[in-house]
Amino acid sequence: MQSFQDTFDTYNWATISARIEATTIEEVRHSLSKPKKTIDDFLRLVAPAAQALLEPMAQLSQRLTQKRFGKTIQLYAPLYLSNECQNICTYCGFSLDNPIKRKTLNNLELLQEAMALKSMGVHHILLVSGEANNTVGIDYFLNAIRLLKPHFVHISVEVQPLSIEAYTLLHEAGVHSILVYQETYHREVYKQYHPKGKKSNFPYRLATPDRIGTAGLHKIGLGVLLGLEDWRVDSFFNALHIDYLQKTYWQTKYSVSFPRLRPAEGIIEPNFIMEDKHLLQLICAYRIWNEDLEISISTRESEQFRNHIIPVGVTSMSAASKTNPGGYVVDPASLEQFETSDERSMESIKSLIRQAGYEPVMKDWDVAF
Amino acid sequence: MKPLIIAGKTFHSRLFLGTGKFGQQELMKAAIQQSGTELVTLALKRIDLDAKPEDGLLQALDLPDISLLPNTSGARNAQEAILAAQLAREALETNWLKLEIHPDPRYLLPDPVETLKATEALAKLGFIIMPYIHADPVLCKRLEDAGTAVVMPLGAPIGSNKGLRTLDFLEIIIEQSKVPVVVDAGIGAPSDAAKAMEIGADAVLVNTAIAVAQDPVAMAEAFKEAVMAGRKAYEAGLGAQHSGAIASSPLTGFLMDL
Repeated sequence: MQSFQDTFDTYNWATISARIEATTIEEVRHSLSKPKKTIDDFLRLVAPAAQALLEPMAQLSQRLTQKRFGKTIQLYAPLYLSNECQNICTYCGFSLDNPIKRKTLNNLELLQEAMALKSMGVHHILLVSGEANNTVGIDYFLNAIRLLKPHFVHISVEVQPLSIEAYTLLHEAGVHSILVYQETYHREVYKQYHPKGKKSNFPYRLATPDRIGTAGLHKIGLGVLLGLEDWRVDSFFNALHIDYLQKTYWQTKYSVSFPRLRPAEGIIEPNFIMEDKHLLQLICAYRIWNEDLEISISTRESEQFRNHIIPVGVTSMSAASKTNPGGYVVDPASLEQFETSDERSMESIKSLIRQAGYEPVMKDWDVAF
Repeated sequence: MKPLIIAGKTFHSRLFLGTGKFGQQELMKAAIQQSGTELVTLALKRIDLDAKPEDGLLQALDLPDISLLPNTSGARNAQEAILAAQLAREALETNWLKLEIHPDPRYLLPDPVETLKATEALAKLGFIIMPYIHADPVLCKRLEDAGTAVVMPLGAPIGSNKGLRTLDFLEIIIEQSKVPVVVDAGIGAPSDAAKAMEIGADAVLVNTAIAVAQDPVAMAEAFKEAVMAGRKAYEAGLGAQHSGAIASSPLTGFLMDL
């Protein structure tokens, strides 16, 4: 198997950071004017100097997004399977050392939650869990997919990193895409935030998208947890990762998400604050650099931000999300992984999208594939 | 203007439309109606038979005099496309099919090998196949042999609005083809559509250029007129082109002096 590690090792965090800081507005202008953008252009577009060009960047991002994706926004909702977790992640509500009641959905509960989502018109779901390989491992996931497959056309999975064999099984069972976030590409900082559990193995996590690509999944979702480290440098490495993957697994689609650290029980304060204007810059940078990338915004973000980001470059949004297992009907009062910010209903998000002149898309996949 | 006949069905409009990328279904419907098209394609993956009226693409496309052409967008190989075709036939009760197999999700370029395989299989299953392909004259002849109803070579990468970048190959395809040639993908402006018709394409399929226009309805009308103008010019017989003025008999004029 090829590995991103080889590419990753040729870069140095401090050097990238220095290059970003040294970028001038003229260099940003030059990057914006180029017909084909490279990873070096992405570096310039996330630089502090680019903030002064945010409006033209947003306009370009809008044009490119409309050309490639049209005026449409794909809607989806997460379904949390379990909050059991053997990892200590100092920022996460599901962290092993967080004394919360643990819950894993059984078959009946899974279907109850699924039916609640279906009645909201959801066709695309994202299955999420903590990392508890003994109780919520590949067998649990395969069972869940077997139960859910008749009810949803598009199933994405955001769980612990798995083996190539496990990813192949998920692919064969009908999983469309796998999301796995590196959290941070800063190796030492990664270790501080993930002191215990399988997740503390940085190289294993870094090679996860390679295993997903090798298993032939349709789509891989990447992202960094914004707030752990300098978002500019982390996002450069994330883009570099996507660049490598796109060339290596050319039949696979890629999406990027922007989990910004939000309050959760037991959480530490973010080390780096990312403001709305920075998140907007980052979204534009991804779009301008990569016209085909799917860009997803979750309910972590505020109503205000989500209202305005629709025509700028995003292609998919979650809505009415519950981030606790059983959150829709089974056990609405249980503890969430993170506090959602935009709690509006699926119907109100749909009308919001329509008001922006965009079409909310509920179904864009089929059991045939 | 001569009508176009595909698999025994007569079309008075030579403009086919795609249904993706529209911001509002009402705009899509208005654009379709303004364009005068009689054939619109929609992706099987977007079809939701149970959708609410305001959400359902299929429900919005229930328009008089418009035939639906389901497409297999999303299929990465022949096997997936064949299954998608069968589901589409069941859902829409039509054996017409726009065959799209693009294993590459970035540029959505068609896989010629898998497309040929799928065409062979689907023709035997009774489908009327309209395959989206590269502007490859040899592949077009192979697809003809396999039983395709038309060929749909691309003018430029899909969604690129770059126009007829494959012009030289389109001309060869049109010259050689025994089935109608529909130029699909890349047509960015009405002038591109007119040009395709002038060189003898039988029809064009347009989506992005209309859907993403500032005024999709007006743009649909512009395409309608351009396609008609281009076709009329073709039927009227364009004068041969010359790159410069022709001097009067420079090589044979001496005969007059003899």
